[in-house]
Order: sequence, then C-alpha cells, then structure tokens
Amino acid sequence: MAARLVSRCGAVRAAPHSGPLVSWRRWSGASTDTVYDVVVSGGGLVGAAMACALGYDIHFHDKKILLLEAGPKKVLEKLSETYSNRVWDACSEALIMFDKDNLDDMGYIVENDVIMHALTKQLEAVSDRVTVLYRSKAIRYTWPCPFPMADSSPWVHITLGDGSTFQTKLLIGADGHNSGVRQAVGIQNVSWNYDQSAVVATLHLSEATENNVAWQRFLPSGPIALLPLSDTLSSLVWSTSHEHAAELVSMDEEKFVDAVNSAFWSDADHTDFIDTAGAMLQYAVSLLKPTKVSARQLPPSVARVDAKSRVLFPLGLGHAAEYVRPRVALIGDAAHRVHPLAGQGVNMGFGDISSLAHHLSTAAFNGKDLGSVSHLTGYETERQRHNTALLAATDLLKRLYSTSASPLVLLRTWGLQATNAVSPLKEQIMAFASK
Amino acid sequence: MWSGRKLGSSGGWFLRVLGPGGCNTKAARPLISSAVYVKNQLSGTLQIKPGVFNEYRTIWFKSYRTIFSCLNRIKSFRDNLLKTIPNHQPGKPLLGMKILDVGCGGGLLTEPLGRLGASVIGIDPVDENIKTAQCHKSFDPVLDKRIEYRVCSLEEIVEETAETFDAVVASEVVEHVIDLETFLQCCCQVLKPGGSLFITTINKTQLSYALGIVFSEQIASIVPKGTHTWEKFVSPETLESILESNGLSVQTVVGMLYNPFSGYWHWSENTSLNYAAYAVKSRVQEHPASAEFVLKGETEELQANACTNPAVHEKLKK
Repeated sequence: MAARLVSRCGAVRAAPHSGPLVSWRRWSGASTDTVYDVVVSGGGLVGAAMACALGYDIHFHDKKILLLEAGPKKVLEKLSETYSNRVWDACSEALIMFDKDNLDDMGYIVENDVIMHALTKQLEAVSDRVTVLYRSKAIRYTWPCPFPMADSSPWVHITLGDGSTFQTKLLIGADGHNSGVRQAVGIQNVSWNYDQSAVVATLHLSEATENNVAWQRFLPSGPIALLPLSDTLSSLVWSTSHEHAAELVSMDEEKFVDAVNSAFWSDADHTDFIDTAGAMLQYAVSLLKPTKVSARQLPPSVARVDAKSRVLFPLGLGHAAEYVRPRVALIGDAAHRVHPLAGQGVNMGFGDISSLAHHLSTAAFNGKDLGSVSHLTGYETERQRHNTALLAATDLLKRLYSTSASPLVLLRTWGLQATNAVSPLKEQIMAFASK
Repeated sequence: MWSGRKLGSSGGWFLRVLGPGGCNTKAARPLISSAVYVKNQLSGTLQIKPGVFNEYRTIWFKSYRTIFSCLNRIKSFRDNLLKTIPNHQPGKPLLGMKILDVGCGGGLLTEPLGRLGASVIGIDPVDENIKTAQCHKSFDPVLDKRIEYRVCSLEEIVEETAETFDAVVASEVVEHVIDLETFLQCCCQVLKPGGSLFITTINKTQLSYALGIVFSEQIASIVPKGTHTWEKFVSPETLESILESNGLSVQTVVGMLYNPFSGYWHWSENTSLNYAAYAVKSRVQEHPASAEFVLKGETEELQANACTNPAVHEKLKK
C-alpha cells in the first residue's frame, strides 16, 4: 500500500536507444491505419488526466483520442485528506508555518491510486471518443517530412510492440522523465542527478489525531516529510543519500520507525552559535510584530510502518529545452523533473494539462490542424515560464538545505524566520503553490 | 498586395511562404511563378496560363503549416454562420451546412471549414491547385468525406447548383474577376434564400496602389508583376451597391490589417487596404433593381463621393 504522492509512477519506460531517432523518413505506408487526432503516450497520472481532459472537452466531441499505457489497468479504493504545511530546519529552531485561517482548504493530498482509479472510471465513460490501450508500448515513432512532399503522409506514425501501427495528427508525450517521445524527436534535455534517493512508506501513527498538517524537516542529508492520509496514517517521503536510502529500505521495521522518529525529533545537528543567532532574530521579530504567538505544534510520532510499503527511487532534475515540435508536445515529467521537497512535481504536470487542453480546445474550435506548431508554442511559452521558476526555486532550496556549513545555515535560519514573519509573502507562496 | 501573402487567394497564385511562426520552413523566400492572366472570352472570368507548376505543390504544402494567418477570417465566418444555426453540435458546429468556396486554391480556407463539420465544395479554375488540394485532404479521412473539389469556374456550375448553398466564401477573388456584376449575381443565385456571402478583397485607393502594386510587385517582388491590376480593385462602396442591387443585404464591412511582426491579420475600422464584407441573401425572392434598391444604391454612391449635402439627400428620397 505504498502511497506515492510524487509523480514517479506507471510511466512508459522507453526502450533503450543507442541515440536519438531523428531520421525523417518518407512514409507512404498503410493508408488503412487509423488516423487519430491525438495520441497520448504514457498512461500515468498526467497522461491519463490529459486524455480525460480532451475526452471531456466540448470541442473534441467528434475527435478521436488514443491513450497508450505500458502497464496493466489499475482499479483500487482509498481516501483523501486536507492539509496545512509546517516546515522546519534540523540545524536550528527556525521554522515556517503556512496556515489557512479561513475555511478554504490550502491543498489536498490524494493518493496516486485514488486519482488513477477516478481517471480510469472517467475515461471509461467517454470510451466513444477516447480509446485506451493497456499493455501497449510504442517502440518506434516516425515523423513526417519537415519539407512536405505531396505523396507522403503528414501525420506521425506510431508502431507498437505487437506490430500494430497508428497515425496521429498530434502526439503528446507523457511518458515520464526518461521519455521515449522526447528522445525520439531529439529534444535536448538539461538534467542532472541529485546524489539522493527518496524513500516512501506508509506509517501508522502512535495515536489517532486530527491529522491535517504536513510536516517537513530539512536534515543535512535531505528533507524528511510526513504527509497526512487519515487520522492514523501518514505517508513518508524521505530524501537522503543513496546509501542511507538503501539502508532504510532494507533495515527491519522497528529500526526504521526509530530512524524516522529520531529524524523528526533529534536536536543533534543544532549548534549553539546558530541557536543563539536564531533566537536573537526571533526576539527582534516578536518586538516588531507582537501578534499571534501560537503554541508550537509538535509533529506526530510514528508507531509502525506498513509491511512492504517501503520503496525507493532516485532523484534528479530535468528540463526539456523545448516542450513542443510540429505534431509533438511534452507534458509532465517528460518535460520537467523536480525534487519532491516542494510537492510540486505532479502539480506542474496538471498545470501543463490545463494549458495544453485550453490551447487545443481553441484550435479545434478554429478548425485548425491540431498538430500545428502555432498554438503549441503558445502552450510552451506559458508553461516554460511557470515551470522554470519553480524548478529553479526547488533546486536552490534543495542545495541550500543540503549543507550544515554555518554561514549557510545562518542565512537560511534567518531567511526562514523572516519569511515566517512576513505574512503577505507567505500568502503569495501559498497562492502560487496551490494554483 | 498583402493578398499575395494571404494563403487563401484564388485563381491559383503562387504564394509567398510566411516567415514568422512557420517553424519548419526556412526563412521566407518569395517563390515566383510566371503566371499571367488571360481573359476567357466565353465565361468572362479569368483563366491562368500555367507557369512553373512543379513548385506549386511544395508552396501549398508549406502554406498549410502557416494557416494561422487566416485565423481571423475563419473565426469571423464561423461566428457569423453560427448565428444562423439554432442548435449546433459540440465538436461539429457547422454540421449540416453546405458551403461553396470559390477560388479555393489549395484549400486553405476549405479545410478549416470542413473540420468544423460543414460539407464544403471547393472550386478553382486552375487544375494544379485542385490536384494539390485533393492530395492534401486525402490523408485525413474525415476531411476526405466532407470536402469535394472541382476544377471549374463559378459560372459553369451556377445552373446545377442554384439555391443549394447555405454560404458562399469568395476570399481574394473579386479583385481578379473581370465581370464583377455577373460574378456576384452567380454568387447570389447559388445561395439559398437567407444564405450568407463572405467576400474578402482589396480596396481601390491610393494606399493600395502604393503598397499593393508599387511596393509588392515592383519594389519588393512579393508578388510577380501583373498579378494585380489596380483598376480591378473594388471599393467597399461599389461592392455594397452591386450586392444590394442583386438582392443581397450587406450586414458588415470591416477592414483588415496585417501585422508582419506577429504574422496575424486583425480587424480594423480602416478599409483602405484589405477588407471583408458579409452579406445575406434576402429570404423573399425579389427582382433586382426595384425602385427602393436603386435609390439606396444611388444614395450610397453619392455618399461615396463625399456629398454630404443633406438637401440633396432629401431631394433624392422624395
């Protein structure tokens, strides 16, 4: 029952390539191939949601959409929760609280499986427009000539593992950070690996509580986060070094629980100097802003971990230099890969869907060729602006909190305390993150 | 002039490939053909003397990529047509409409109309254009069924298609036609009562001479010499008067301006260069040149001649 709240799931793993497949072949083949208006390659959270968004779009009622997913169909049942967010530093007492006093929820944590189940059901309801093929992996893409010839098909040709072929006016790559679509079309990807892996697990809390707070503590080895699932269950996302992650996954359950609790509670990384400096600023802030001294809430402690729920995966950053080419668009992790510390990975993917669906809908209503690059670049510009900022900020935070060197710890301690004191700034952050 | 750049022009122009935004096309290079227009004595319209036709296909196919330049026209046609349909189907808003695209060229306007659900017949006197259009739509099974192309002129099909179309589109055509009156009469004849006519063309002004003939043909060679004849440009007033006298009620006349930086056309109040007219065929069958219409036509001519003397106005009305 691993609750995966970051978007590393169900993606089509591309077959290993010796190099990008950039050859442009004239294809005058099988005119009996079905011509789809849109093919979405990759049926994970983002791919399935994209197919759903188009399937329900009013201007796509007479269009044909195909969703290709390498894995089997998944159907399950779970719960959802609301949350607020507490984040603090392991090397000092600095903390920041994002709270919503009014009744609006700041955000929701929904398990991957729950979302997939909902999407699968929605897709079944529009099966006249959206065809979903499970256990189907594209092994080859053939692009139309950039210099169009009169006799060659202007569509993208897709060949599946079982030999079947399709043509499409627009191919959407939603196949994860090792995107086969991106590699096949030859789009450059700026990427580096963090020397970190994330461990996810489902934890049982020591006592039932009104579990609506998400906790994240920045340890020198990486952030550890506890995200609420129910009154007694929380999900763990612990980013740490590869060796430590491997240890955590293989150690026995009691030791694991101890490690988790200690990570949240231990003061071992504090230094007197930083503590004093932090306290000074806190005093200064409380003089200037004597309001609202809320009692400090404490993170819940963990009793046990769900058997077999511990999994690990490597972390890295990735950003495609281009999101679109003629007849191709990348969304989700295929376009951008981010550290889970801000919980924004799949949200950025959903933002991509919203933008691309809007542009495609308008294009369809204008009678345009869906693969035309003119509206695709509109999507690319809109999303690159948003995503680049978020990627850069997340990377910066990750680097900033990966050190225990005093000057940087002092900087971030004061920074965090100051940000905590400036409510309008916090509100801006919350607004941006919950868009 | 700019119509040479517009991709929906009639009568088989070679076209300039638009540079900005055409992602896969290289920097725009004017591709010149040596097309010359020769009057066809029988039909009174134009016939093209073919030039370098083997380049036509490539040009057309590149043009399909940069169709966005026609976007404002398509949106306008669509919106005006939707007003005439009480309940339109989502996804196929123009379903059930029969549209005639006169001077369709490579089908650059025909295809978007087809994608919106209409049944479209595209006609063009140039065989090569129709072949290209035919080829391009053949790859799309949906368009293949909805669109039909024919090599012919409007006059040739007037008899068999009388009162069959819900709408007629004549984009960048009327400035090439010799007998405008006959052409517009034919447009009216093939329209059902209450049907819509969309025309886009170039105004006959000093500005259009300067930009359209002098600059485009002689200086910048955007279009080859002889493509346009300034005398054949039609002013909105003339167009309106002919339309009105043939039983077509002009609903709107609006100017179009091209922004070379964005690559898009925009609507504007200024009709001194390019403009579009939208007219509707009256539902009641009446003879052209009824007294009322003649008077209106005359009044408009006077207005066009900048006669603002209200006394004269009054005198005419009596």
